[in-house]
Amino acid sequence: MKLKIGIYWGAACGGCDVAILDTHEKILEIAEAADIFFWPIAMDFKYDDVRAMPDGHLDAVFYSGAIRNSENEEIALLLRGKAKAMIALGACAHIGGIPGLSNMFTREDTLRRAYIESESTDNPGGVLPSERTVNDGNELELPRFYNTVKTLSQVVDVDYTIPGCPPASMQIYSAIGLIADGMLPKKGSVIGAGDRALCDECARTKSEKKITKIYRTHEKLPDFETCLLEQGFICLGPATRSGCGSRCIKSGVPCRGCYGPLDGITDQGLKMLSALASVIDGKEEQEINATLDTVAAPLTTLHRFSLASSIPRRKKV
Amino acid sequence: MTDEGERERIMTFEPRIVGFLCNWCTYTGADLAGTARVKYSPNVRSIRVMCSGRVDPVFILTALAEGADGVLIGGCHPGDCHYQEGNYKALRRHLLLRRILPEYGIEPERVRLEWVSASEGERFGRVVDEFTEQIRALGPLKLEESILESMKNDVMHESGTPTHTTGV
Amino acid sequence: MASGKAVDAVYKAKIPAAASKLRELYYMAHFMHSHAAHFYALAAPDFVVGPDAPPAERNILGLIGKVGLDLGREVIRQREITQLVQQMVGGRATHPVWNLPGGVSRALSSENLETIKGFVPGLVAFGELGLKLFDDLVLANKAYLDLILGDGYELVTNYMGLVDDRDRVTFYDGTVRVVDSEGVEIDRYGESEYAEHVAEHVEPYSYLKFPYLKKLGWQGFKEGKGTSLYQAAPLARLNAASGMATPKAQAAYEKMYATFGGKPVHKLMAHHWARLIELLYAAERLAELVADPEILDPNVRVIPSATPSEGVGIIEAPRGTLTHHYATDERGIVTKANLIVGTTNNNAPISMAVKKAAQKFIGAGGEVAEGLLNRVEMAFRIFDPCFSCATHSLPGHMPLIIELKNGAGETIRTISRS
Ligand code: SF4
Ligand code: SF4
Ligand code: SF4
Ligand code: FES
Repeated sequence: MKLKIGIYWGAACGGCDVAILDTHEKILEIAEAADIFFWPIAMDFKYDDVRAMPDGHLDAVFYSGAIRNSENEEIALLLRGKAKAMIALGACAHIGGIPGLSNMFTREDTLRRAYIESESTDNPGGVLPSERTVNDGNELELPRFYNTVKTLSQVVDVDYTIPGCPPASMQIYSAIGLIADGMLPKKGSVIGAGDRALCDECARTKSEKKITKIYRTHEKLPDFETCLLEQGFICLGPATRSGCGSRCIKSGVPCRGCYGPLDGITDQGLKMLSALASVIDGKEEQEINATLDTVAAPLTTLHRFSLASSIPRRKKV
Repeated sequence: MTDEGERERIMTFEPRIVGFLCNWCTYTGADLAGTARVKYSPNVRSIRVMCSGRVDPVFILTALAEGADGVLIGGCHPGDCHYQEGNYKALRRHLLLRRILPEYGIEPERVRLEWVSASEGERFGRVVDEFTEQIRALGPLKLEESILESMKNDVMHESGTPTHTTGV
Repeated sequence: MASGKAVDAVYKAKIPAAASKLRELYYMAHFMHSHAAHFYALAAPDFVVGPDAPPAERNILGLIGKVGLDLGREVIRQREITQLVQQMVGGRATHPVWNLPGGVSRALSSENLETIKGFVPGLVAFGELGLKLFDDLVLANKAYLDLILGDGYELVTNYMGLVDDRDRVTFYDGTVRVVDSEGVEIDRYGESEYAEHVAEHVEPYSYLKFPYLKKLGWQGFKEGKGTSLYQAAPLARLNAASGMATPKAQAAYEKMYATFGGKPVHKLMAHHWARLIELLYAAERLAELVADPEILDPNVRVIPSATPSEGVGIIEAPRGTLTHHYATDERGIVTKANLIVGTTNNNAPISMAVKKAAQKFIGAGGEVAEGLLNRVEMAFRIFDPCFSCATHSLPGHMPLIIELKNGAGETIRTISRS
């Protein structure tokens, strides 16, 4: 029996869909093992086709993207009903991802900036996109733009997660293999990634060096041998799940945490906060603060991908 | 809110403070304050931890998210930590956490780290009084309510009247 | 890439030549992958499998079924190589991380360069293959040719594209040039001046704004000479330029304009043709870059010393001119950002193209052919599936509802895509 799968994007950039395409030749194998019943970026099925399916019709749904508006949420619920296994694909669905950073702002902030204030906007009347508009007697509807970006698991029950921004393609492929072979691990598991911290698979040499100054990536040339954290760059490796192949680190750029937290960790950024605190030198308030003064935008640096899944989820309003 | 209402609110507001107190010093200090009948505000709910270095920032944020108006962390004086470095680690975390709280819109003064030894019962009382007043002045945090409030209009359907009419 | 250029500008950093060549090299591979995906996965199924085929077949897999597995494999293989090139140059294919203010984080290794050199002949052949397929499968098919040449898919606007110092098409760096519906240059600007030349109109029924040329003012959804609307994307770039900077692409460029009998071309389906010409150009340009000895120069970064403030970066994204504008505080933390992404430029033209296609393919008597909805959507796929970016991640898809009304204004049939 061929598998039936669906693929959807909520508030996504399309990179996760590209990651599926990037299974390259294997996409043909996937096509052999599975019929794709819904994939808006590449196929022409419609929401109504999905609505017409019986419940549990699809063996698996891969949902990439965060929940940014009512449509993202509505389709997540719809697909949840049709899916035996709901899989959060990529950092946005998993932990909010980059869209989650807009939880530093309110809906009004965002709409004002985009539609009234931006340098190229010409909107003397202050018109904002509206959920219902009447045009020539026709009513036009738009999805509701939410105040708070949510992760997929904050709106529907998620069975599995494939992390990464985007996930490594071959891990998507192996995840599909797990489904096809009926080898899925227990519900709630992260699939297609390691279960240790990225540091454990990183090839750079680590010592017990303490740091007294934080550098941003453009402020200093790193060497390619020693641990970036010890060189003073904020590398989220200690707080991030392995599985990406340390791809950023190999390019000389610290990890920003796209693979999300390890099992059992509720808040990736706070975990990193602890890790950072342990490598900072000093016992006196003053000297510690002098080092911390060099940390720019600490909240969003530590929670670059995970703000929407952090404990408070957003800036207080 | 009127000035009067504001005053009223402050007067009746009893801060809820969670205290994570080190077993070897501050917790014992708090005990001493009790047995010595030191009078101090009853606003701190204490949780005993083995070392201030054991206080994960997750505990602090969770406490705040679940209704605390302030969090007090008590550890041994520098040099006295039972585990050598635990309190220094706590200090570095604390100083870093204080920098992310304002970005979340939370006053950093709601989280306080104090060194109180086992023999400083009276000092413990003073710290608690001071901190309670500080939190009282800041008012309730209501983090959870604010998060729920921020999502109250994030709903899928709402029938309303058209807000724009346009002909292009 | 646009953000990389914008942050260079924010820090007033002049990046080493090798860094800019590496970025361009990465970008040529990116263009190839994106254009290949757009053409083979999104556009070609309509032509090769046929616009009236059921959705289950009208996709990349159906396409492979039609053109044969070997050819399908070749497309997949070459696209894979372009992704590999991006990974070798930029660390990751999607969301490269090596772009930093002041250059790139890592030089290209000579082993990787040798590997890429080995790919070059195949990539150029792949560029040529697209045009050959277009010749054989589309241009040689009278019905499709009519679809392209007919007036269902035609829109007369201005055209925008980035050009080099000889006004030829360029993707990574250049000046923005705009020509009018007769091909006469009417505007030209550098990165930092974009806001004086382009403005965006807001409509309440769309999260996506409607850009237009500022000096001509917002005139509504009006095509024809004098309109302030412009198209970006492949055909627009070719219309806005004097030619292509590489020989094979230039020959293809001449052939396309000869077929249409002049410049600019207003037939929208020619975007697909232009896309394939650009694919070939990207392959040839990639070949030039890997042949340039400077590409191995280890000096790929400067540490910026100026206080960051504000900057704009403009590139040609596969789907149109892409502008990133950031303002930062003195620590370089972004305080404001403004983006005009590729597809946004085309918002008004897309809307109008969809409307025209609907009017054209719905017969006078309200006759509705089954492939109608898809023919209307084809007008959309000319430009992009990428609405989520263009709307700053707001709605993720495009609902399409066509209400057919009779002369009395009564709805006689509603067809919807939702
Ligand atoms: S996880 Fe990354 S690649 Fe995937 S949709 Fe989100 S931003 Fe794009
Ligand atoms: S902190 Fe980063 S560079 Fe250092 S070992 Fe961990 S992953 Fe590697
Ligand atoms: S190094 Fe970090 S940011 Fe980069 S891909 Fe891996 S997990 Fe993601
Ligand atoms: S044991 Fe008291 S702070 Fe460590």
